[in-house]
Amino acid sequence: MADKNEILEEHISSEYKYGFVTDIDTEFAPKGLNEDIVRFISKKKNEPEWMLEYRLKAFRHWLTMEEPKHWAHLDYPAVNFQDISYYAAPKKKPTVNSMDEVDPELVKTFEKLGISLEEQKRLVGMESKIAVDAVIDSVSVKTTFKEVLAEKGIIFCSFSEAVHEHPELIRQYMGSVVPYTDNYYAALNSAVFSDGSFCYIPKGVRCPMELSTYFRINSSGTGQFERTLIVADEGAYVSYLEGCTAPQRDENQLHAAVVEIVAQKDGEVKYSTVQNWYPGDKNGKGGIYNFVTKRGICAGSNSKISWTQVETGSAITWKYPSVILKGDNSIGEFYSVAVTNNMQQADTGTKMLHIGRNTKSTIISKGISAGKSNNSYRGLVRISKGAKNARNFSQCDSLLMGDKCGAHTFPYIEIHDKSGVVEHEATTSKIGEDQIFYCNQRGIDTEKAIGLIVNGYCKEVLNQLPMEFAVEAQKLLAVSLEGSVG
Amino acid sequence: MISIKNLHASVEGKEILKGLNLEVKPGEVHAIMGPNGSGKSTLASVLAGREDYEVTEGEVTFNGKNLIELSAEDRAREGLFLAFQYPIEIPGVSNINFLKTAINEIREYKGLDPIDPKQFLALVKEKQKLVELDGKLANRSVNEGFSGGEKKRNEIFQMAMLEPTLGILDETDSGLDIDALRIVANGVNKLRSPERSFIVVTHYQRLLDYIVPDYVHVLYNGRIVKTGPKELALELEEKGYDWIKSDAQNAAV
Repeated sequence: MADKNEILEEHISSEYKYGFVTDIDTEFAPKGLNEDIVRFISKKKNEPEWMLEYRLKAFRHWLTMEEPKHWAHLDYPAVNFQDISYYAAPKKKPTVNSMDEVDPELVKTFEKLGISLEEQKRLVGMESKIAVDAVIDSVSVKTTFKEVLAEKGIIFCSFSEAVHEHPELIRQYMGSVVPYTDNYYAALNSAVFSDGSFCYIPKGVRCPMELSTYFRINSSGTGQFERTLIVADEGAYVSYLEGCTAPQRDENQLHAAVVEIVAQKDGEVKYSTVQNWYPGDKNGKGGIYNFVTKRGICAGSNSKISWTQVETGSAITWKYPSVILKGDNSIGEFYSVAVTNNMQQADTGTKMLHIGRNTKSTIISKGISAGKSNNSYRGLVRISKGAKNARNFSQCDSLLMGDKCGAHTFPYIEIHDKSGVVEHEATTSKIGEDQIFYCNQRGIDTEKAIGLIVNGYCKEVLNQLPMEFAVEAQKLLAVSLEGSVG
Repeated sequence: MISIKNLHASVEGKEILKGLNLEVKPGEVHAIMGPNGSGKSTLASVLAGREDYEVTEGEVTFNGKNLIELSAEDRAREGLFLAFQYPIEIPGVSNINFLKTAINEIREYKGLDPIDPKQFLALVKEKQKLVELDGKLANRSVNEGFSGGEKKRNEIFQMAMLEPTLGILDETDSGLDIDALRIVANGVNKLRSPERSFIVVTHYQRLLDYIVPDYVHVLYNGRIVKTGPKELALELEEKGYDWIKSDAQNAAV
């Protein structure tokens, strides 16, 4: 037993790698939330009148809503929305045209996170070309490869820039999948969102590289409210990746994002997330509250949206990437690995809403709980009346490490059309001491053994990630779970 | 190679090994036989370092080192290999990936660089033949969905890949049909060398027709009560264990 405790100790003291703070000259909005703050943000961003109107409508609606606290399997104190600063931005030019204009501290920050803002460096290794939009606190600092993409008519820029440069597209699509009335955090985000990424792939274009946004919370006492909008027009394809980290702090920081995806006829969007927000310490102090609304609509026939997420961070995760399967023959997929350790809590899953005919959805969810954490899968499969021959396959597996953690599965299935076929499989297992001893006996130490076993368990999901990120995710999983077998 | 002196070991407070002595020299094959519950598998587990087994007395020297002080993984890295009676399944982890990880861990322990991928694949190809293992099995998840025979063959394949100095076979013959038994035994025989020793734990003489031991030991009530040449196995097959039991009891009186 002594051995196990030592290992557990080791893990608990294993540090969050991205907990550093960068000293950047930052401009804040005063703490608190009211109409003036909404106007302040809008003015800072020099937004057109219609954008401000949208924010104000959302804000007024938010005031009428209540913080949702009852249905999720989560336990945390009420958030004090007046104690948050809703805007923080590096003082140097928020948008830059060349690398020389980026604050060198910022460049260093992103390099430390393994993200290069230098396009030349990325061009050397041809296979791993990835265009990056780097967002720090409330603003996007740099988007790479914009010109290369523009040649194909692809728009990839910060949300703020899109509001100015492509107002017609923003007005057409913003809020079309997640209206500001959708839920409490979506309303809040719609009122105060600061930045994020916008991506538009025109008709018939296959995006030649992975697009990626990297979100970083740096400042203390702030929230991050970003918005991402991805549109694949008819026959277009894009693979998009989102990554995120935050410094290690004792306070809880709020992250309430909205992601909207639209796939038109024959369009396809593959969205991958590696979420590694600071999870708090072993006693549950600090960490990010991750309250996120992600939804896509397969608007046209034969369209496809695929969500892949690897969730290892955040004190609390509340997140259900969903697909509205409106177009006939459209396909929705959700592949998820959610890891909780120490005092982390996650309530995550998906919604697959079948509306069109012959629509198909697949849900593969792998939950891993360790320490004293709680990990819940919550998912809805709804087959609407008229959604002829809809099919769903769901598989929800839970892996427990130790005997102080919890794993829960809350599947909701609503079938309003008799031709629908829904399959649901669920398993719960423990990492066996036998498995670990077997690895030990082959010369593999316990830490590595856990990494190996967990990665094997998550393989179906990790296989969905773009190559470079799959490798990162594997490492991240091993680090998140170091020594957590008890 | 390995020297076991007055070894006492218990599981959950119950003493199973009660003063066991055994000396294995390089290149030798020792068979351990004995009735059910005599402590045969316990011996294998204790030597491999399974956590629930507590050594209460005695000493074990392996290649000049105090084995008992080493962690299970370090014992493996020092060249001790246990072929499991019930090989464990690890879903989603390919045999190849598993072995590569193991080999590189062992190499790192010895201060060597990770194995060259080409060299590794060549090694896999070569060693698969030893136990007539299908190439596809090497790419499948560790032991997942393997038949009983495939699992045992996979153990010997792993042993061939890791090239230990001491191989402990824990009832490797159990659950094998005669063809599989021959394949497994042939695999082991090909691995025999002047530098490599084996401890073969078995219930039945049958396996020893194929893997011919230098010595046969009878384990009874936590001690080795009789040692003889390979013919002893035949005698046991014929007469059973009762005469050994009464001899042992008489000796104790």
